[in-house]
Parts: sequence; structure tokens; C-alpha cells
Amino acid sequence: MEKFLNITLSGLTVGFIYAAFALCLVLIFRATRLINFGQGAQAMFTTYIALELINRGASYWIGLLAALVSGFVIGGLVERFVVRPVETGPEINAVIVTLGVFIFFVALAAVVFGNTFESFPSAFSLTGLQVGGLDLALTRNELYNIAAVLIALVLLTLLFQFTSLGLRMRAAAFGQEVARLLGVRVGQMLTLGWALAGLFGSLAGILIAGGTLVSPNYMDGVVVFGFVAAVLGGLDSFIGAVVGGLVLGLTNSYVSGYAGQELITLGALAILIVVLLLKPGGLFASSVARRV
Amino acid sequence: MLEISDLVTAYGPVKALDGVSMTVPAGKITAVLGANGAGKTSLLRTVSGLVRSRSGQVRLEGRDITRAPVEEMVRLGMAHVPEGRGVIAELTVEENLRLGGLFRKDKDAVAQIEHTYELFPALGERRKRAAHTLSGGERQQLVVGRALLARPKVLLLDEPSLGLAPMVVNQIFGLVRDLVDRTGLAVLLVEQNAKSALSIADTGIVLSLGKVVATDDAKVLAADEQLRHAYLGF
Repeated sequence: MEKFLNITLSGLTVGFIYAAFALCLVLIFRATRLINFGQGAQAMFTTYIALELINRGASYWIGLLAALVSGFVIGGLVERFVVRPVETGPEINAVIVTLGVFIFFVALAAVVFGNTFESFPSAFSLTGLQVGGLDLALTRNELYNIAAVLIALVLLTLLFQFTSLGLRMRAAAFGQEVARLLGVRVGQMLTLGWALAGLFGSLAGILIAGGTLVSPNYMDGVVVFGFVAAVLGGLDSFIGAVVGGLVLGLTNSYVSGYAGQELITLGALAILIVVLLLKPGGLFASSVARRV
Repeated sequence: MLEISDLVTAYGPVKALDGVSMTVPAGKITAVLGANGAGKTSLLRTVSGLVRSRSGQVRLEGRDITRAPVEEMVRLGMAHVPEGRGVIAELTVEENLRLGGLFRKDKDAVAQIEHTYELFPALGERRKRAAHTLSGGERQQLVVGRALLARPKVLLLDEPSLGLAPMVVNQIFGLVRDLVDRTGLAVLLVEQNAKSALSIADTGIVLSLGKVVATDDAKVLAADEQLRHAYLGF
């Protein structure tokens, strides 16, 4: 029982991080119908920026803030100056360009920060909590990870559902031409969408890094699982990204706990195939076919 | 109100508009008629800036807006209801309406939305529902209502009767006519359904292969049997 509880807990913790990363892919997919393969590398780069500041004596929180701000800025810049110029061409061009963004940031990080492993501090203690004599595989730092993702999710939902800016962003995402005719500056909304995605990616990057080692490639695995989580959820639903992230986190954790760690990717593949067979659009696909 | 002169629009080597000129006066409905491919939709898309013209000029209240960005048009006083797919299906009815008055600085937009619900009670009943649950007629009410929330001086309507029951068409046309008479709105109406369009329009303009072939009083056009047979199909 204790084992099951602990496997579930660690699955949920990892799941929330996949969810955060899936959210930023969803943000971009909704706005531009693209997968940004550079997202993980952008996040990695901003984690290094935070690490650099922390190593020079800044607190963890200053580092976090710097990562979020630089993630926001980098996301916006990538949309405006890298993706926008190729957007009118075939879709594959933009996809290839995002692969270029990935290579660029990985290489830049290796040049600027070095191609070695460095340890990243955690915000809170990494020792497991004890509840009623039970040793839980849940640390204060993991509770902080979950809380951070939940807070970010709530803020994002409030922004999109209850503000006029959020309404304009959704209009630009779902009906670009109509939105322009109604006076929505669609270009600005797309830049803002990518910037917000950059911010979320950086949050995921920092949370994953906390208490472990970072290198220019430390986000690669998360990118794959975050992408699977986003697809599970339907690629254009925020709720879907979160549910997809949690489902995947739990699956991975059960597979690793009961069947063996080497089977994790197989388990992820299995759940992906099962979900897509039953619901080809993903669990929470919100887009509807347009009737003309 | 709206003056269009010598407008030329081309998709590659094909000219969709070949030197089109017309005036759309305030307080009048100007109906542009013609067969499929005559250039009707291209005319509206060029005027609102969705398509860039090769040459020619569009003036709104004397001001040259030919090169103004699409996003500016609604601020300059022009609302364009595009053909068929004007609702944003994923948003609710109310969100669609809020978009209509979004750029306006004044705060009575909320009251205006309530007024739209009085005008179209079916929308009021479904305000929290996603727009893709609406019927064709309700969607058309929604896009017209939304365009009016911007308080435009010029309204461009692209095939509002498309796929709608005659009763619904009459209701929407009646509403537009009433609005034009009360507020001095200028309407540029594009229609394949020439008979209904001429019944509410003041002036009719017939387009064929991107050129204006006839401009006259709507009643005169409706009575011109030869023209009707040649271009309007009724």
C-alpha cells in the first residue's frame, strides 16, 4: 500500500511538470497550429540564465523571475523574427525553423555556459515528508512544484476566460480573419501567445532542474513526454494538457515502479496508441468542424 | 460616404476586379449583383483590405483608406460581415458579441449587447452557448448584430441570404433597411439572390467578370427584363 501510494505521488509530481510543458505547446498550437520544437531548448537556456545569477549570489527567486522574464521575451522574439517570416509558406517550413531554434539554443548554451553537468539548487527541502509514521516519496520541493504549476494554470485560465485581452487572443487563435475584421491586432496576439508559452516553458524548465543536474540537453526527455501529454489532451485544450500530463506521469510511474524503469517509454507509447485509437482527436479536443 | 474608383484586384494573371468604380452614399443600400465569379466577394475583400488592390482607390468620408491595414478598418468606421463563416464557432454567443464592441473606448458596450439581445431574442436565450450550436439563421443574426456593435458608418454585407430560409432573409433585410433609414448607415450589399436584394436596395449595380455593366435605381433594374435575364437569372 505504501509502495502504491508513493508511486502514485511521484507520478503526480512528474505529471504536473509534463502538464506545464504540454501547456506551452498547446498555447502555441492553438495560436499558430504549429509545434514549437525549440520550446525545450528555449526553456533550458533560461534555466541557465537563472543558474548563472544564482551562482553569482542571487537568490533562487530572483533566478526564477529572471528565467520567466527571459522566457517570455525569447518566446516573443522567436515568433516575431523567426517564425513570422516563414509563416506564409508551407507549414513544414515553420516546423523546420523551430528545429533550427532548438539547435541554436542548445549550441549557444554549450558555448556560453559550457557543455557539462551543473547542479541546480532546489527551492525547498528535498527530504521526504512523514505523515503519521508513513514515509512519503513527496518532498517539500515537489509540493512547491505542484503548487507553482497550479497557480500558473489558474492565472492562465483567468487571463484567457475573463479578460478582454484573453478574449482577443482566443479570437485570433480560432478565427484569424474574422478577428482582424473586428479590429483585433492578430500579429500582436500571436507574439503574446508565443511569449506566454516561453514563460510557461521556462517555469517547467526551472521546476525540473530544481535539485538535479542541468546540461544543454537536460530538457530533451521532457520535450518528448510533454509533447505526448499535449497530444493525449488534444493539443488545443488547456485542461487536456493538464490531464494528459497527469495521465502520462502516472502511467510512467506505475510502469517504472511495477514493471521496470527500462519500459517507461514503451508505456508512454502504449497509452498514446490506446488514447488515439479510442479518441483520434485527443481526450479534450475543443475545436469543432466549421460549417460553411 | 464610401467612394470606390478604378479598383483593380488580381489573383495572379486573373483579374477579379477590372476597374470598378461606385459610390455608396449614407442612408442608402447599394446592392452589388452578379453571377458566381463576377467579383462580388473580391470587391468587399478589397475594400476592407483583406485583399490588396493592384490599383485604384477606396475613400471613406473623403479619406484615402486603400492601404490601411484590415485591423484599422473597424476603427475607421467600416464593418465587414464576411461570407458564410463569420462566427467564431469556439467562442460563446456573448463572447462573439463582445468582440464586436471591443475596440470602442466608451463603456456602454454592455448595454449595446443587451440591446442586440432585444433585437434578436434567439441570441439572448443562447448567450452562454458556443456559437457552433446556433442554426444558420441565428449565426447570421449573430454576425450582423456583432458588426452593428462596432457602430459602423459603412456596413459591408457579403451574401447574408446564403443558405437561409426566406423568412429569415426577410427578417434580416428588414432590420438592415430599418437601421439604414433611422441612422444613416451606408450599406454595400453583395448578393446572388438579386430579387430579394433589389427589393430592399436603393441602387443596384451589376458586376460581370470584374466590370460594372449596369448601375441604376433598384426598381428600374428589377424591371429591366433583358438585364435580368442576361445577368441576374430571374
